[in-house]
Parts: sequence; structure tokens; C-alpha cells
Amino acid sequence: MSNKYIGQSIKRVEDKRFITGKGRYTDDIILPGMLHAHFVRSPYAHARLVRIDLDEAKAMPGVIAIYTGNDVADVNGVPCGWQVNFRSGEAMREPKHPMLIPTGSTAKHVGDAVAVVIAETKDIAIDAAELVMVEWEELPAVAAPADALSSDAPKVHEQFPDNKAFDWTFGNPIEEVDAAMAKAAHITELEFVNQRVVPNAMEPRAYIGSYDETYDKYTLYTSTQNPHLIRLLMCAFVLGIPEHKVRVVGPDVGGGFGSKIFHYTEEALVTWSSKQLGQPIKWTSDRSEAFLTDAHGRDHATKAEMGFDAEGNIVGLRIKTVANMGAYLSTFAPAVPTYLHGTLLQGLYTTPKINIDMTCVFTHTVAVDAYRGAGRPEATYLLERLMDLAALEMGRDPAELRFQNFIPPFDGVEQPGYQTQVALQYDSGNYEAVLKRGLEMLGYDDFRTEQTKAAKNNKILGVGFSTYVEACGIAPSAVVGSLGARAGLFESAQVRVQPTGKVSVFTGSHSHGQGHETTFVQVVADKLGIPMEDVDLVHGDSDALAFGMGTYGSRSLAVGGSAIVKSIEKILEKGAKIAAHKLECAEGDMEYAEGKWTVKGTDKSISFGDVALTAYVPHVYPPGLEPGLDFSSFYDPANFTYPFGCHIAVVEVDKETGKVTLKRMIAVDDVGNVINPMIVDGQIHGGLAQGIGQALFEGTIYDENAQLTNGSYMDYCMPRADDLPMFETDRQVTPCPHNPLGVKGAGEAGAIGSTPAVVNAVIDALWSAGHKPKDILMPLTSERVWQAMK
Amino acid sequence: MITYPFDYKRASSIAEAVSMLAGGGKALSGGHSLIPSMKLRLNMPDTLVDVGRIPELKGISMDGDELVIGGGSTHGEIADSQLVKEKLSLFADGAAHIGDPAVRNRGTIGGSLAHADPSADWPALVLAANATIVVTGSNGERSIPATDFFTGLFSTALNDDELITQIRVPVLAGSKSTYQKFAQPASRYALVGCAIVKQADGQVSVAFSGVADTPFRDTDVEGNLNSGKKPGPVGKGQSIMSDNFASEKYRVHLANVYLQRALEAVA
Repeated sequence: MSNKYIGQSIKRVEDKRFITGKGRYTDDIILPGMLHAHFVRSPYAHARLVRIDLDEAKAMPGVIAIYTGNDVADVNGVPCGWQVNFRSGEAMREPKHPMLIPTGSTAKHVGDAVAVVIAETKDIAIDAAELVMVEWEELPAVAAPADALSSDAPKVHEQFPDNKAFDWTFGNPIEEVDAAMAKAAHITELEFVNQRVVPNAMEPRAYIGSYDETYDKYTLYTSTQNPHLIRLLMCAFVLGIPEHKVRVVGPDVGGGFGSKIFHYTEEALVTWSSKQLGQPIKWTSDRSEAFLTDAHGRDHATKAEMGFDAEGNIVGLRIKTVANMGAYLSTFAPAVPTYLHGTLLQGLYTTPKINIDMTCVFTHTVAVDAYRGAGRPEATYLLERLMDLAALEMGRDPAELRFQNFIPPFDGVEQPGYQTQVALQYDSGNYEAVLKRGLEMLGYDDFRTEQTKAAKNNKILGVGFSTYVEACGIAPSAVVGSLGARAGLFESAQVRVQPTGKVSVFTGSHSHGQGHETTFVQVVADKLGIPMEDVDLVHGDSDALAFGMGTYGSRSLAVGGSAIVKSIEKILEKGAKIAAHKLECAEGDMEYAEGKWTVKGTDKSISFGDVALTAYVPHVYPPGLEPGLDFSSFYDPANFTYPFGCHIAVVEVDKETGKVTLKRMIAVDDVGNVINPMIVDGQIHGGLAQGIGQALFEGTIYDENAQLTNGSYMDYCMPRADDLPMFETDRQVTPCPHNPLGVKGAGEAGAIGSTPAVVNAVIDALWSAGHKPKDILMPLTSERVWQAMK
Repeated sequence: MITYPFDYKRASSIAEAVSMLAGGGKALSGGHSLIPSMKLRLNMPDTLVDVGRIPELKGISMDGDELVIGGGSTHGEIADSQLVKEKLSLFADGAAHIGDPAVRNRGTIGGSLAHADPSADWPALVLAANATIVVTGSNGERSIPATDFFTGLFSTALNDDELITQIRVPVLAGSKSTYQKFAQPASRYALVGCAIVKQADGQVSVAFSGVADTPFRDTDVEGNLNSGKKPGPVGKGQSIMSDNFASEKYRVHLANVYLQRALEAVA
């Protein structure tokens, strides 16, 4: 052990290649003989494929092959990785996403693929795709989740005429919640939409399938968050090829935000086509395709009621939500509105009775799945909007109302974890402290004075609060298995000490912007007491490591990092045996610090490097001990981790135009122990930008034909630096009691807490000016805010 | 997104460009509107005539009381020009509102005017400033008053073989001017762009981008203001646009608000 690196803001070692443009992404990889694919996609949200004519396209010079749905009829569709059954017991309806729509069948969202053109160059593939003649019979379509439930709604899958994928209820029995609500002195009711957003990773999806006949081996390069998971899904469920014959590599990946967790049809198709043609095949999505085919996020329509007694204590929470699944069930889609959302509805409060009624529906839109926060932002939005609105309605101070209802502090060691009404047991928390700190940073009393003063100068100011808890470190395998997951959610790691004492660390976590090559190396270097330069991190290659579950759900350090720590413990244990033998003393007399084993109470020592060399040159060696210093570990967490925090937004609203200017954004987050404060700050900053983006700028707009009308950056507004204030962040540390690093995860916190804070601030501003809207649809465009003031 | 195959010619003089355009082709200047639309295959010219390296199209100078801006001047060159800042700050300020630095360093005033996006910033600016668009074609040179230049949605008085060579703007001593813009948040084009030039005698010219399908001088508003009345509503008789960011009603409301703000700025 040493304390040289952990807790330090070490500059990211990976940034040199990223900043100098030398990152190696899938699209940068050029293989000998590589061909290029381009997809012919449905221009309609719902249409029958009547006829497809390839003659003209096939005749174009440079076109190698064109495959249609009939050619890939033997290939299974993409399956779902999580099963949530109807409350009646009926199995979840799980239409597989076909590789390509066969003739006579229907495309179910704009962008659903009907053919793939493979050509010598991308240009030729695109030009040839324009010559593929497709005859469509356009059919009526539905895009909004609530509309899908109406009796005359167009059907997405003929066999499921009610458009339901499944329904689900969770928490206390509804009768108990109804009874609690019946006694409430005040009920705050809110109907709102948590709108659909597009993940928009900077690097669009890209894949190269490469089949090598000589070794009968496939390689798939893919811009993924979890190479092993893609291998498992593609081999076992789609292509039916043996897993040991497939290598999946996730090289540098330019952001995912969830959208690159899932297995997509294009991945399997380039792999399958490569076998047919005996040449590597690359496909890179363009931005327009990304808008239409990447899994989207959120998309809930909700009615929520929170009941309070006369003193302001929460007595019950009753929720009815319709969640959009899109046309097909993507990999983790069923888990997002259910076990990643319903289980978080306790929030930070002592609410005694909670019930959620959830209906998940098919629509003629691309699939919806996990997007930064996945379910937890939706839960936080629901709770925190209710809290600020309840305070306004009851004439209470929103901060005071929270203090009154907070779960008291518990560290998970002296005090037990907190058992919620919705299955989870929080590990540790100190919720009052983060809100106190947030109020201090805001200067709450001064703010209210400023707000009143501003009103006299014809300016409208508002403040919005959001205090959140989330479940990260996903996840204990047995728990998620009992909830329908079809995978374990452990992580694995291998720590290989080379004979020279240098260390290669192999992790199943996958870095696509998170800075693992720095953070993980800080941990290893400190645990071994060696310089960071002596440690390298290898990730993203299924051939390099036994297995890995990848990166999402703020799990990498809490789960992947813990697996690494387990391997280091094994290294140190074996190293101590070798050291004791070399120093001719008992193993129990050894202690390890600063890169060497010392005989307790003496100055006799042996360095880590000498022990490593001895392990590989075992001439003087403990009898019976295996040579080598190389350990693999699997870590399955005992519980989720529960980061929490307080986000506060201050906005100014232009009275005449409705334009919202975000003046301040305060974030106090408790993500447990922190390895690299700068990287955690970066994660929080990025998350805040995305959360603010949802509140003020982002959101899909579908027309009556379920066409996406804002599928470009000219129309879909991403937050930009000049839209955002300088963020004011601070941290509190309540260590996670159940993993060896005491870390909780920081990847999603910013996106989870910030959205309701911003919307609450606008509502507060409008109430302060005498308007009393309960809700304004996100994103809060200037026109919507103007409407709310009319 | 990759364009279809097309021919590319580069002109080194205005005369050469005009002769190339006469042979069929579309002029390419900064390319910031044209190239993306070609990648999306919404616009599919067979031949591009690159006019981006014609020295005669560059340069900003005074000619008597007129500021003369070469049609190939970039937004950035205009925004940064000391001469423009001094003689016609409206144009320097307006140009600084366009896009981002990358766009301003590539896009040109001539290209933007010829493209005639109703939400671009230049149309309101040239209309309010009473600019003249000088164009050269197979039949020689002609001058088109800005007020006659914009003929509809993405359409102008420009013939296919004509190139915008100069923008000539009268510099009015003692005048005040302003450009007030409410940007569409995603594209940063104008949802409403209101340009006003107020002469020393108090007469105003008022023009709008972003509001109607064709950029326009609001002659009703001008008439009211110039006869000492309240401006009255903006956009009478115009085809007001409506989109995801602003309905027709909200756009008109914004236009009226921005007119007020512009009037305050030149008060």
C-alpha cells in the first residue's frame, strides 16, 4: 500500500492520444480486403414491404452483394436480455427484431432496415442503396406511449393487439396506498411527460465483422460498452456460432451514455455477411441514421400523487405510468421503467406507502432503453417535481419540507442500511448534510431577497431543488436474476505481474470516456506501492480476459475496481509466501508497504520486483507453490451502491419571450470515496449538461405519422457551453460499506439530479410572478414558458 | 453522410466563374449550407464551380459614401474588419451573430445571400441598410436593390449564371443601427432577427429575418414609425413561418418584442 495516487487529481493518461487525434476508434481500423456496408431503411414508421428490386443496384460496378430479409431468414432476431412478466403471470411479449424486414412483413419504425448493400467503398454502397427499388404499403403509425393504449391505435405487432409488452406493479399493495392517501390532508397531483431523448454519443455506432477462414474465427470490432456481452448475445442467441470462435473488440469508443450497451442488428449482420463473403465488412452509422436507429432514452407519461398529513409528512405515493418501449424490446429495456425506476421511488424520504402501476407499450418508434441514469432520472424527476410543487401548493419552504421528510443519517456500519418500501436496502446515506451544504453554497436567504428585489426590476428569478438517491454499482447477480435479468452482473479482472515487476491489469469494465486507464491504474499502483508508469490497463478485448460485463450503471469502479482489488489481494498473499521464503522467515512476519515486504520489526526487506522475478525464475522458491504471479477474480457485489446528492438551479425567465437563462447550477454529490477528484468532477459536469439538456433543450418530436421531425443538430438541440453557467460543485464522502474501495459511482449522478432542479426553478420563477403552472412540458422551450405565463 | 459523385471546377476570376456557371453548375463559396444539403442529397447539382479563391471577390473598402464588400468576404472578415466596425457597425455586429467561429471563417456574405435562407442573418441586415447587391453574369453586371433581391423561400432575383460580386451599402452620417436576434437554440439561425437603421433625421428602415418565408422590410411598421405613430403589428401580409421552435403566433409575438428592443437600442 501507499497513498501516493488515490485521492489525487492525476491528469488522464488516455487524454494524450484523444487530444492529439490519435485515438483508435472502430472507423479508424482498416483491414486488408475490407468491404463497406450501407443499409436501405424504411422511410415510414409503419409500412408493409410489398416488393424489393435489386437488379439495378446489383449491376452497379463495385457492388459485391446485397442481402434482404429473405436472405437472412435463418438468422434469429435480436433478443431481449431481461424478462418482466405481466402481473397476471402472462409472459412478457418479446417480438424479436429481425435482421432485415422480409418481403410481406412490416417495418415498424422509420429506419428499420430492409436490405444491406455491401460494396468496395462506402460511396458505392450509398449510391447503390439509392438504386434499390422498394415498394411500400404505408400503414398508420403511433409514436406516443399513451396513444398506443387507445382502442383504435394502430397495432405494432399484429399478435399483440393491445400494444402492451407487459404491465407491472410494485411497492405496497394498492389498497394500503389508497387507504393512506384517503387520510392525507393534502395531495399534490402532477401529470407530466418525461420526454424521449436521443443519446447522441459523439462517435456514432461502428462495426467491422471479419471472418478468417484459415482459423475458422470471427472478429467483431464494435463501438460497444461491453464486448463480452455482445459476444454472448450474438453467438448464443442470434448467429448460433460457438463463442470460442469469436473475438469481440471494443477499441476506443467515443461515448455511449447507455446506447452502446445493447446488441444491434447491424453488429450481427456485418459478422454474418463477412462469413458469406470471406472479407471484412465495415459499417459506420452516420448522424442521421444514429437519430433513427440508436436506442433512445426516457419516454414516460406519468400521473403521480403524493399525499401529506397536516404537518407536511409524506403519507403516501401513488403512481401510474405508461412507458414507451419502441417497436422492439432492446437488451435491457424492460428493466429500465421497472427495476431501475420503481425501486427508486422511496427517494430520500420516509414515505410509508408507495405503489406504482406501470404499463410498457410498443409504438412505431425505435427502441427505448437505458440512457445515462436509466430509470433513476425518471424516478428522481417524479419525486423532486412533486416535492417542490407540494411546497408551493402548501405554502411550505421546499428545503424545509425535505428536511422534515428525509431518512435520518445511517452509515451502514454502526447503523443498519435503510430498508425501503420498494425492495432496495440503501447502504449508507446522510441526506440532510448534502442539502445543508447546497443551501450554504446557494446563500438561500440572500437568494429569496434577491428574487423579491429582481421582481421589482421586472425580472423573474426562480430556484429549484432536487435531492436524489440512485442505485449504482450494478448489480448483485442473484438479486437481479430474481428480478428477470438473463445475465449475471458481476465483473472480472486479471492482474498479471510480469517477471520484471511491471503490471498488466485486464478488466471487464470498458472505458469510453470515463478515464479508467487513469483511475484504475491509480488504485493498482497504490495498492501495490509501485509507480503508475509500471501499470497498464487492458480493456475492451474478449480474447484478453475471461469474461466481462462492461460499463454502465455507474458500476466500473464499484464492481470492476473491486474485482481488481480482489486479484491484488491474491497477488500480495502469494507474494508474501515468496518473500518469506526468500527472507527465511515466517509468512506471518511479513508486512507489505511502499512496494516491498519487510520482516516486521527489522530492516530486512525484499522488493515487489524481486518477488515478481522470483515467481517466474523459481530457483529459490517455497516448496509446493506454483510459479507465476498472475490472478483472476470475479466480484459479485453484495448490494447496489447508493450515491446521493443535492442539485440546485437558479434561473432567470425573460417575461416577454419566456426564454430561460440558467444562472447557477449547484451540485453537492456524495459518491462515496473518490479516487480521482478531477475525473469525478468531469463526470458530474458532463452529467449536469445532459440533465440540463433534457430540462431545457432536448427531446424528440414525432409527427402524426411517427416521423421524427428533428433528427439533426439543426433541429435537435444539444446543450452547448454557452448555454450553461460555470458549475458550482462540492462533495461529501459517505463511504460504501460493502465494497473494498468504499466507492459508489459517479457516472450518472449529474444527469439524475439536475433535470428536476432546473424545471422546478422555472416553476418557482413563474409562481413568484403570480403565474401558477403545475407543469411545463420538457424541454422548457421559450414558447412553452411564454404560454405558461399567458 | 457522403455526397453523390459530382464535377468540381475552380474559377480563378469572375469572368471564368461566370462562363463556368453558364455551362451549368452551382457556385460553391464557403459551402456551409450547400455541402451539408448535398450530403443529405436534398440538393444535387452535377457541377460545383468553386468561387472561393477568386481574388476579385475579396476585400472591403470605401467607394465614396458607400462601403463595398466583396461577395467572397467571410462573415469573420466582416465581423473583424476595422473599416466595417467604423463605418457600418450594424454589419460587423450582425456578422458576429452568425453561427460559430468555424462557420464565420468559411461562410461568405455572397454565398449566404445567394442561398437566401429566410432565417439567415444577412437578409435582414442588407434590407435594413438599403444595400445593393451587385451581380455579374453572361449578360454583364447589374445592381439589384436588396429590397428586390429576395423573391421567396430560398429564392432570389439571381439568374443561374450570375455571381454576387459586391454588396454596396450607403454609409449614412449620424445614423444609428442595431440587429436584435432571438436565435433558434439548435441551429442558432434567427427565429427572429430584427435589423433597424435610423437615419439622422429619425427615419427608420426595419427588416426581419426568420419571421416569414421571405425576409422582408416591414413597410407598414416603417410607415407608422416614420409618421410618428406606434409601430403596429409586425408581419402584416407576410407568410409567417411555423416550426418546432416557434408557432406562427409566438413568432409574431417575438417579432414585436424584438422590434421594441431594437427601437430602444436606436432610441
